Amino acid sequence: MGKEMTKEQYDEMVKKASPNSPIVKNCIKAFIVGGIICTIGQIITNIAKFYGASTEDAGTYTSVILVIAASVLTGLGLYSKLGKFAGAGSIVPITGFSNSVTSPAIEFKKEGMILGLGAKIFIVAGPVILYGVLTSVIVGIVYYIFG
Amino acid sequence: MDYVNAFWVGGLICVIGQILIDKTKLTSARILVFYVIAGCILGGLGIYRYVVDIGGAGATVPLLGFGYNLSKGVIKEIDESGFIGILTGGLKATAAGICAAILSAFVMALIFDPKEK
Repeated sequence: MGKEMTKEQYDEMVKKASPNSPIVKNCIKAFIVGGIICTIGQIITNIAKFYGASTEDAGTYTSVILVIAASVLTGLGLYSKLGKFAGAGSIVPITGFSNSVTSPAIEFKKEGMILGLGAKIFIVAGPVILYGVLTSVIVGIVYYIFG
Repeated sequence: MDYVNAFWVGGLICVIGQILIDKTKLTSARILVFYVIAGCILGGLGIYRYVVDIGGAGATVPLLGFGYNLSKGVIKEIDESGFIGILTGGLKATAAGICAAILSAFVMALIFDPKEK
């Protein structure tokens, strides 16, 4: 048996031996970072509750604090670094939503305050709010009729 | 214990997003929209409530929780104000998150310039 192996053959073999390794690795990273962000959220929720906030208000404080923190990190250019490592772990939490609002706002400021910053701030938030509200109206109609 | 539950429930929800990204090439904007719609529907069906009971912030911090809040708000407003609640409930419940996001984004855009790529 020839011990010589071309690089292509070797790559092929590695690929066969570990077909899922990049996705498994990405999932582990997403799990850890997403989990940490949610744990921080739980800490904020518990602190808010400790100071007498209702469950609902505590959730609102948590969202607001996480949103502002992610926005500042985006401004400092740190959130994109986290995103490169964490993938969905930094996209799926509400911090990712905040990042998707702040990032284009900064990026398109140079195109003007109205059609640059003002319009592009909603480039991701717009579809999220549109389809979210649309779905909530459908849920509302169904609940109003059958609820 | 609620910290452990927040960690694994939140982590798992992110893993589902990661699998969607790797397997379907969905962009992050589509993932966010998908999660909000899914959360709203699961909330409307009364299912997501149980995920929140287990995961706490692990269930409410991901965008699924944003969708869940939309459905929860609309149902609450319909109970309190009737028909008009269909139009007011969703945005009322999520107003703080949306307002904080655009306000802080605006301030950051005034302070910071785009980073060199």
